[in-house]
Amino acid sequence: MKKLRALVIGIVLIIVVLIAGSKILSQSSGMSGAKVINIYNWGDYIDPELISEFEKKTGYKVNYETFDSNEAMLTKIKQGGTSYDLAVPSDYMIQKMKKAHLLKPLDKSKIKGLNNISSQFLNQPFDRNNRYSVPYFWGTLGVVYNDKYFKESDVDSWNKLWNKKFRGKIMFVDGAREFMGIGLASLGYSLNSKNDRELDQAYNKLKSLTGNAKAIVSDEIKMYMENEESSVAVTYSGEASEMLAENRHLHYVLPSEGTNLWFDNIVIPKTSKNTKGTYAFINFMLEPKNAAKNAEYIGYATPNEKARKYLPKDVIDDKQFYPSKSLMKKMEVYEDLGSRYIEKYNDLYLELKMYRH
Amino acid sequence: MKKYNAFFAIPYFLWLVFFVLAPVILIVGYSFFDSNGNFTLQNYATYFASGKYLAMTFNSVLYAFLITLLTLVISYPTAYFLTKLKHRDLWLLLIILPTWINMLLKAYAFIGIFSLHGGINRFMTFFGLAPHQILFTDVGFMIVATYIQLPFMIMPIFTGLEELNPSLIKASRDLGANAFQTFAKVVFPLSLAGVKSGIQAVFIPSLSFFMLTRLIGGNRVITLGTAIEEHFLVTQDWGMGATIGVVLIVAMFIVMIITGEKKKGGRN
Repeated sequence: MKKLRALVIGIVLIIVVLIAGSKILSQSSGMSGAKVINIYNWGDYIDPELISEFEKKTGYKVNYETFDSNEAMLTKIKQGGTSYDLAVPSDYMIQKMKKAHLLKPLDKSKIKGLNNISSQFLNQPFDRNNRYSVPYFWGTLGVVYNDKYFKESDVDSWNKLWNKKFRGKIMFVDGAREFMGIGLASLGYSLNSKNDRELDQAYNKLKSLTGNAKAIVSDEIKMYMENEESSVAVTYSGEASEMLAENRHLHYVLPSEGTNLWFDNIVIPKTSKNTKGTYAFINFMLEPKNAAKNAEYIGYATPNEKARKYLPKDVIDDKQFYPSKSLMKKMEVYEDLGSRYIEKYNDLYLELKMYRH
Repeated sequence: MKKYNAFFAIPYFLWLVFFVLAPVILIVGYSFFDSNGNFTLQNYATYFASGKYLAMTFNSVLYAFLITLLTLVISYPTAYFLTKLKHRDLWLLLIILPTWINMLLKAYAFIGIFSLHGGINRFMTFFGLAPHQILFTDVGFMIVATYIQLPFMIMPIFTGLEELNPSLIKASRDLGANAFQTFAKVVFPLSLAGVKSGIQAVFIPSLSFFMLTRLIGGNRVITLGTAIEEHFLVTQDWGMGATIGVVLIVAMFIVMIITGEKKKGGRN
């Protein structure tokens, strides 16, 4: 009987400790007070020197937390455990958060330097008139190739990926919008097509591309390209810039038909409390010098037009990461398609993955 | 005394309710709702009407069947051989040892071994053979899956063979049966229970291998696990994902019934 009582008491104790512990844990993340701003950003997505500079200049204390996917960020902000003052979601997620009423509209009178941003990156379909978001970085979807095996003219168009010499050689980034987008773009259709006939046409065309696929993976592409397991891959410019830094035989090419244009923008979640500090940080990041410094550290393309003169010439002249205006015109941002078409895209994509040519 | 027994059953009972019954009920429940939360049978209609899901089911069953067959072909002689050895426990330990290592680590190790500049291809080039693509192929996938499942097949067969009374074999030989007849008529039928639980332990998890289809198969091998992940994470159509889950549960019951009777153990 004594043993039994000890067991019951033990269990109760453990439960109490766990509950108390989880309470403390959920409170400890994030700090409060007028002098603190909580930033929620992708991992390693800001030059740490900029944070200390900002802290020194303004006297605010920055609490920097990171996430590794848009969906994870959405969940955490929905929960509302921490009062994040700033977050950096991607385009389609901004649209989703806006619809879910998770964002505060920006007070434009408090923002200085929005006109530093090139007009081609403002007023995008996911956030008209930038009511909720300020562009942070942008990029594209393109092709990385290894010059030991192929040359630029082999991959400068989506249609060239169908070439027989790529049989079993191309790595594709695992995403329904991306893969279907290759088919749509190669036919000259919109990446946001909601036309069933166009989608079926793209599907039928893509069937014969599956034979050229070596693998359909996500983060692993970087590793496989760097160690030359694979010689061609369709991937994002952000990932590409990291690969290029590791292996000098790799190059990034934008297909001539146009491609996807993506954005990571700064937004203010509903949970934000430190309004003054938040706008101070946004303005700090909009300053051309700081934007340039950040872009140099991260290696992504900055939307800040005036920052360009602070960047090395070979970076700005790199047509693959800062493409020409005429090519930019052909690019499209993904729009939220609504559940019916998201399902249609994914169904077709699943069938393509299964298809063996 | 009886009161105590009931008391000690509480943790097990709670476990059963919260982690076995409740999830199954939830999955079955979800499978009757569409993405807008309306009651519907459409998910099942979609499943059986579209060739896509049936083909995927067929793929999953085929891969699981081949993996099971391959492990069985390797495991039975291995287990038989093990029972004849002196330091069985040591040898057995060596077979179980790999199961203590995280599956993800093993998968990554195989990526290194199979890659174009990896161990196997370097070995082949040494003998003048051109490097071959092994990663992201059916063959590569089957090898890794078989490797991971082997211990779960060897164990029950080994136990079955070890429990075999040696006097039965002696009797069979005394009564004039040759070695092959003894094996076919005495040893094999008596080890069948072990084979059956081995098949259960291998076939059922193999049906929804999903991390391996991605890491080793490079999504060139598609099974139902891939579809479930997609419906829960990307399209958020939990109803359809749950429907596929229900089909998998039913498939598992069928396997249990076929290989059923007196079952011993299984995995975990």
